[in-house]
Amino acid sequence: MDDKYYLEFEKPIVELDNKIKEIRDLAGSSGADLEEEIKNLEKKRNKLQGDVYSRLNRWQRVQLARHPLRPYSLDLVSLIFDDFIELHGDRYFSEDRALVGGFAMLNNQAVMFVGQQKGRNVKQRQYRNFGMSHPEGYRKALRLFCLAEKFGRPIIIFIDTPGAYCGIGAEERGQAEAIARNIREMFAIEVPIVIVIIGEGASGGALGIGIGDIVLMLENSWYSVISPEGCAAILWKSVDDPKQLEANRIQAAESLKPTSSDLLDLGIIDGIIPEPLGGAHRDYSATAKNIKNKLVEVLPNLMGKNSQELLADRLRKYRSMGEFLEI
Amino acid sequence: MVEWFKRSKKGISSDERRDIPDGVWTKCSSCGEILTVISLEKSYWVCSKCDYHFRISADSYIKLIIDDGTFEEYDGNLISGDPLKFKDSKKYPERIAAARKKTGKNDAVISGLGRINGLDASFAVMDFNFIGASMGSVVGEKIARAIERSLDREFPLVIVSCSGGARMMEGILSLMQMAKTSALLSLLDKRRIPFISVLTNPTTAGVMASYASLGDIIIAEPKALLGFAGPRVIAQTIGGELPPGFQSSEFLLEHGFLDAIVQRKNLKETISKLLKYMLHDNISLFDQ
Repeated sequence: MDDKYYLEFEKPIVELDNKIKEIRDLAGSSGADLEEEIKNLEKKRNKLQGDVYSRLNRWQRVQLARHPLRPYSLDLVSLIFDDFIELHGDRYFSEDRALVGGFAMLNNQAVMFVGQQKGRNVKQRQYRNFGMSHPEGYRKALRLFCLAEKFGRPIIIFIDTPGAYCGIGAEERGQAEAIARNIREMFAIEVPIVIVIIGEGASGGALGIGIGDIVLMLENSWYSVISPEGCAAILWKSVDDPKQLEANRIQAAESLKPTSSDLLDLGIIDGIIPEPLGGAHRDYSATAKNIKNKLVEVLPNLMGKNSQELLADRLRKYRSMGEFLEI
Repeated sequence: MVEWFKRSKKGISSDERRDIPDGVWTKCSSCGEILTVISLEKSYWVCSKCDYHFRISADSYIKLIIDDGTFEEYDGNLISGDPLKFKDSKKYPERIAAARKKTGKNDAVISGLGRINGLDASFAVMDFNFIGASMGSVVGEKIARAIERSLDREFPLVIVSCSGGARMMEGILSLMQMAKTSALLSLLDKRRIPFISVLTNPTTAGVMASYASLGDIIIAEPKALLGFAGPRVIAQTIGGELPPGFQSSEFLLEHGFLDAIVQRKNLKETISKLLKYMLHDNISLFDQ
């Protein structure tokens, strides 16, 4: 993957960055004093970045969640945990590489980590099936949840998927059944579960490993019942004009309200983990540190609960979700 | 065959969308056979030639499965809000109002208590005519309450599903209905209260990936479309054609995801027999 990938709205900022670098280089090589100019440009750049990022619309946030340079599960695992040992296979059919998991240490606490994994270049993307699991991925996850429960380890889950895989094999082997079973069984797993949506949380594909006692979202991630472009395609059918297509997607994203602040407002998530300005891809370490701090903050309280309390609270949390009127 | 009954132009026929016709004659949506409405009514809306099961309303299933005069509806007063202020070509409340007017129902599921061959049960049935029986907060809440009635009274649970999936216009809240319903089913599971899931044409996506797939017993009507993703989406993803019979009831049975395929006319007998096998009391199947 080209490490110089920029989204449309990132470009003016990047242009200023490049200019600053140019002047720095010039100052370095010529010995001229250009500090004043550099300072001014940096000021301008920071103001522009602040302006751009405070004004992002929902569709642009979705773009950030999909940024090709965004940290994926394993990038973050190596920065957050120690001694991660990956465990493979669902024990029924095969290994699903779109979902990874295994034991890891969070400081001094042994945990079970499970996360959806995307690939960064063409080869890796295919290897990871674009982060889209077959039923085997969900069954592997459930196996690891049960393993964690058996040995009393809390479970940390990272969600990052454009959806559960739609294909012939996935249907033959019961994609719907695998997801449904996971959702139900996650309400019976007697150890704490913390969910972090780190990128894309697309529908049932996300929910299939998405039931937790605490659900958090990285600031620029999205989570909804359908992707904005999927929603737009259903509402407005096919559109040839690229401008109109873009407009439809913008409107669909606005309607779906899939961003972290939307979900916090709707009472679906428990908190937002801030990203470095410009997005998680600008600074993996800072992103990982923010996630780690939050995990370390929320886990002790959950681990203090007995299993009955834990399950009752988990049930209560989801039982109350939904909005309707009684006439 | 009376030739002039056949519609020559494709696209005029409305029987794909609205299964039960008003006239004296109708054409089978599957094989094109011309059938009289009277004969269809007698055969539970099943084509005598090809066994195609016409889509029938929630009320028809209540009549078919629940003992006469024993059904007591609950939660009929729940209606949808507009939590996201969702806007497309039509506002969501306008869509709801239109669906309520068209169907005379307040949302896509009818639920309550009733008897099935004398056995008390908590029963829910979905209605495709209401925005494709999509699951929003009302459907989720009514299914949740139906499960809670099972838990409170120790009555077995029977849900007849059909659904195009989650109600997009409620965004993340509709997704969470999968969690809410499945959460309560985990309690039902622990308490060993039987749950029979009946799948009808079509049951897909969010409903299929939650309670519809979680029955102790899962049965389906013949030739129903059942699956996670819609066939169009899969064809697009794989960039090719789908094998014949893909995602049909018969396909699911073949791959091990159904207990049985049951003719509509046998649904009630099959359900009550299965319930008797699962209920705690050791009831003789032949006691009347």
